[in-house]
Amino acid sequence: MDRDGTAGPDPAGHDDRGDERRHGHGPGNSRHDGPDRPGESTSSTVLQVNGSIHHLRLDHRTTLLDALREHLDLTGAKKGCDHGQCGACTVLVDGRRVNSCLVLAVACDGPVTTVEGLAEGGRPHPLQEAFVARDALQCGYCTPGQLCSAVALLAEAAAGHPSHVTPPRAARAGGPAELTRDEIRERMSGNLCRCGAYPHIVDAVTDAHRETVR
Amino acid sequence: MCPPPTPPAPATGTDAERRDAWHKVTGTARYAAERTPPGCLHAVPVPATIARGRVTAVHADEILRGPGVHAVLSHENAPRLAEADDRTLAVLQNDRVPHRGWYVALVVADTPENARAAADALRIEYAAEDHDAGPADGHPRLRTPEEVNGGHPAVRERGDFDAAYATSAFRVDATYTMTALHNHPMEPHASTAWWTDGALTVHDSSQGSTTVRDVLARLFALPRERITVGSAHVGGGFGSKGTPRPQVVLAVMAARHTGRPVKLALPRRHLPATVGHRAPTVQRVRIGADAHGAIQALAHEVTTQTSTVTEFVEQAAVPARVMYASPHSRTTHRVVALDVPTPSWMRAPGEASGMYALEAAMDELAVATGLDPVELRLRNDPDREPDSGRPFSSRNLAGCLREGARLFGWEDRDPRPGVRRSGDRLTGTGVASATYPYLVSPSTATARAAPDGTYVVRLNATDIGTGARTVLAQIAADALQAPLDSVRVEIGSSALPDAPLAGGSSGTSSWGWAVHRACTALADRLRAHSGPLPPEGLSARADTAEEAGKESPYARHAFGAHFAEVEVDAVTGEVRVNRLLGVFAAGRILNPRTARSQFIGGMTMGIGMALTEGSTLDRRYGEFVERDLASYHVPVNADVPSLEAHWLDEDDPHLNPMGSKGIGEIGIVGTAAALANAVHHAVGVRLRDLPLTPDRLLPHLPGRPD
Ligand code: FES
Ligand code: FES
Repeated sequence: MDRDGTAGPDPAGHDDRGDERRHGHGPGNSRHDGPDRPGESTSSTVLQVNGSIHHLRLDHRTTLLDALREHLDLTGAKKGCDHGQCGACTVLVDGRRVNSCLVLAVACDGPVTTVEGLAEGGRPHPLQEAFVARDALQCGYCTPGQLCSAVALLAEAAAGHPSHVTPPRAARAGGPAELTRDEIRERMSGNLCRCGAYPHIVDAVTDAHRETVR
Repeated sequence: MCPPPTPPAPATGTDAERRDAWHKVTGTARYAAERTPPGCLHAVPVPATIARGRVTAVHADEILRGPGVHAVLSHENAPRLAEADDRTLAVLQNDRVPHRGWYVALVVADTPENARAAADALRIEYAAEDHDAGPADGHPRLRTPEEVNGGHPAVRERGDFDAAYATSAFRVDATYTMTALHNHPMEPHASTAWWTDGALTVHDSSQGSTTVRDVLARLFALPRERITVGSAHVGGGFGSKGTPRPQVVLAVMAARHTGRPVKLALPRRHLPATVGHRAPTVQRVRIGADAHGAIQALAHEVTTQTSTVTEFVEQAAVPARVMYASPHSRTTHRVVALDVPTPSWMRAPGEASGMYALEAAMDELAVATGLDPVELRLRNDPDREPDSGRPFSSRNLAGCLREGARLFGWEDRDPRPGVRRSGDRLTGTGVASATYPYLVSPSTATARAAPDGTYVVRLNATDIGTGARTVLAQIAADALQAPLDSVRVEIGSSALPDAPLAGGSSGTSSWGWAVHRACTALADRLRAHSGPLPPEGLSARADTAEEAGKESPYARHAFGAHFAEVEVDAVTGEVRVNRLLGVFAAGRILNPRTARSQFIGGMTMGIGMALTEGSTLDRRYGEFVERDLASYHVPVNADVPSLEAHWLDEDDPHLNPMGSKGIGEIGIVGTAAALANAVHHAVGVRLRDLPLTPDRLLPHLPGRPD
């Protein structure tokens, strides 16, 4: 039973882990950077996720999103469309936000951070705290993507990346971008939320921004 | 155990934190496709590529030779189902194709990649027949259904509309259209199913797993006790997961056929054709008013479409039976069954579409009479429900309009349309009313007090993002007079006491009533008990079949008012929302924090309905064109500006012990009208076809002066 009162109806006693091992594609002993033989459709791959190294043998068609969800049992990243149109699958690769449904896992060569890895040293990320405090979620299905996106947004703004709504003069001047509500709205618009938590998401990002620049 | 001597401060009415929030922000909340049993296979359904006809061949043999493919199911080999009440669930039972996108096969393979590739490669031959995809308006087969959604009569007449309309001092006769709309919850419909010794376990993305269990029991001829359906976390539904949808039937079939667990998540692009949608409507509204703006005659006539699979008709003319005094009234629905996907519930079915038309027509009447649109509505606020003659249990539309006008700063509004221009920007403001019925269904619940002073409340409620877990704990804490954090609430599995689905904005009232009853009974038992509790604690059970099922002598509805300010670009035709403010009178608000989220969520969907969400039915192919999230424009963060939701406290003794009405749907009702009315005020041209996209506005705009 979860703390949140989820009854977890699992009378058959199955655990909640992924089935990567059971497909017989577990981490092999050999470590190749390509197919074992020409024409093969799988490759040995090393994925670094949330600080852990995973050796996987993956179908070349497997997206980073499916590798996380189906092979590593990291189901925090969500599949909303599988077409790069909703942002539910947003994770950080090398600190930059990407739609993990558009990345082939075998071609992913940077360290990956998912929502499961946002907390540091047992302390939740300020954005996670702000999302809870501001009720910036309802069904929660877009939330992991919103959070990863917002983490990258704060870094992008700090690095002075302009957005579509940044005044040209400010963009030319460089320096950290000022995160007005308009800026946050614009920069979070790659992450759909059908529940309509947008105003609260903007509140939460504003709070977390204040916290991080303090 | 004795209850504490001084009861804690009430938990209802406070901003209790959403109980599953931490699970959701850390990625540990598991949704239907996120519990993968050992040996699980992956299934991908195959949609029909003709609009009507028969399947003549399924070349499964070619696919079965491919890598990892375990099974191909079609009408030739799929398990037979018992007769379904909802015929959209009768999948793979015969060779008929009732519309494009109808599932004709299911491919089951060892990995998602192999399943997808095999499903794409599966060759299916058809005998196509001529199809009829409308349009519904003016269709020779249009007919009046027996009843419309919600069990309302399709037609109601009061007085003599034609005569009263003909002699009215002011008349409005306007026709409004809306395209189909798609629910598109962020979590596509998904199910994971497996059989163990003849017993079935399913994780389903559903708004009510008691219903899913019961329907599966019927379809697969199983006793209910052998089925457990869990919907622990659900990524939104908005009606489209209200009853079982085909994916759960397909997943169970595949699990039975292969003897292995099967996971099936519908591709986003399949949803418009397979899980229901809001059907397109054509609505003619005629209002006749006397010289003082008092409505004499009101007709609301709705034309819509359904599929040949099953009849679903949105009750779009029903709000006109509730809203305004109208001595002479006619409200009708007509429908035609076409070779198109089957419509179903989408957030506030009937009210959302009907109140767009009615409230836009009220704005036209305000312009015609020269009355302020708030004043016009106040003048026509009835003291009894016009259609039934019943008194309202509570009705505070007037309060919502007045308070909204005050908060919005409506008072100094210049009524002249099309005169506020600054640079390329034309601005305007608009108002519209909202309404949603109070609905409630019977539920059961149990409550148990443990010797350590904690409580467990159990019932199969579903939290689809509403905050049900949280508010039910608040209701329980108050009934038990116990601290909120001493109460645990278990929901989200059909193994728990039966409860109705999360729909019709009735969850809190229905489930909460049973929780309140169980906890009150438990509190009585605890008071009567002396000495320490037995190890198993004390329990109580409630079933509200009697009281919640009772007819009320009152007309019971929530009301609200939306105020909007928009800015229209005179050159590009783009409409931007500057402000949107809603005030609601929806009984007692039990958790302001989660309630606000629901109100603004509904209003956001209303922005989509007004401005961005449009779906084209290509009649040549009988299919929706905008099937993905790149072409079907759900509002994004940048589309949603300052959005405010307020409410007026209501103390209505004719509802339930909590005094709650529903809040999940009223936010979308009337929003589109407020925005469309604001667009008229901005540009001075009345556009009656939603959504108000730039291409529709452009021909009417002044452009840039040379
Ligand atoms: S799932 Fe990747 S963008 Fe939608
Ligand atoms: S919280 Fe449900 S989609 Fe964003």
